[in-house]
Amino acid sequence: MIEIAVLFAISCVGLAMALNLWRLARGPTTADRILALDTMTINAIALMVLMQIQQGSAVYFEAALLLAMVGFVGTVAYCKFLLRGDIIE
Amino acid sequence: MDAGPVEILISAILVIGGFFALVGSWGLARMPSLMTRLHGPTKVTTLGVGSCLIASMIYFPAMQGTYSAHELLITLFLFLTAPITANMIAKAHLHRQGRAIDPNPMDDIAEGLPPTGVGTGWATFEGQHRDPADPPR
Repeated sequence: MIEIAVLFAISCVGLAMALNLWRLARGPTTADRILALDTMTINAIALMVLMQIQQGSAVYFEAALLLAMVGFVGTVAYCKFLLRGDIIE
Repeated sequence: MDAGPVEILISAILVIGGFFALVGSWGLARMPSLMTRLHGPTKVTTLGVGSCLIASMIYFPAMQGTYSAHELLITLFLFLTAPITANMIAKAHLHRQGRAIDPNPMDDIAEGLPPTGVGTGWATFEGQHRDPADPPR
């Protein structure tokens, strides 16, 4: 039962990532692209968590945690660059 | 070991999580302007990821017999950073729209922000500036 639920959730998250990719390619503004990239990071974290439920191993936890932190820093850096034209002033 | 109810609970949370993740990204792809698009990823997708993490938090102790606090860390970090990210993206968008850099015709704010109704202007544009006729209280 859990296997089917995990497969369903993985398909949903995969479809969500495809939609994010469409928005990333389509735009139209730069802020839209940043938002799409940030959502893709969050969906990748969800995909990693689902994969380790499917495989029954806990090897992806560190990767998911690192992706959460680096994704946030990256999004803030993109926004800062758009706002100020520079990241570290 | 009869783990029927736990299995049903984990499966239900997983299905809810996948559904919410899909709905958030569908909103991102479907909505007309950035300010409306912000709603999907920042709220719905965060809830979807939170559901997946809760499912993992129940699954590993109940099915595998292993405990870890990583899910709590990821949940805490995601729930802390999602509003900050949304605020930064909205701010960058407002400033670029204000200077008419790559304007989106579907956006309501393309012709300027509405008046605030108080002495000061919008905080993101006039941070510390105050009207001299309206001294700080």
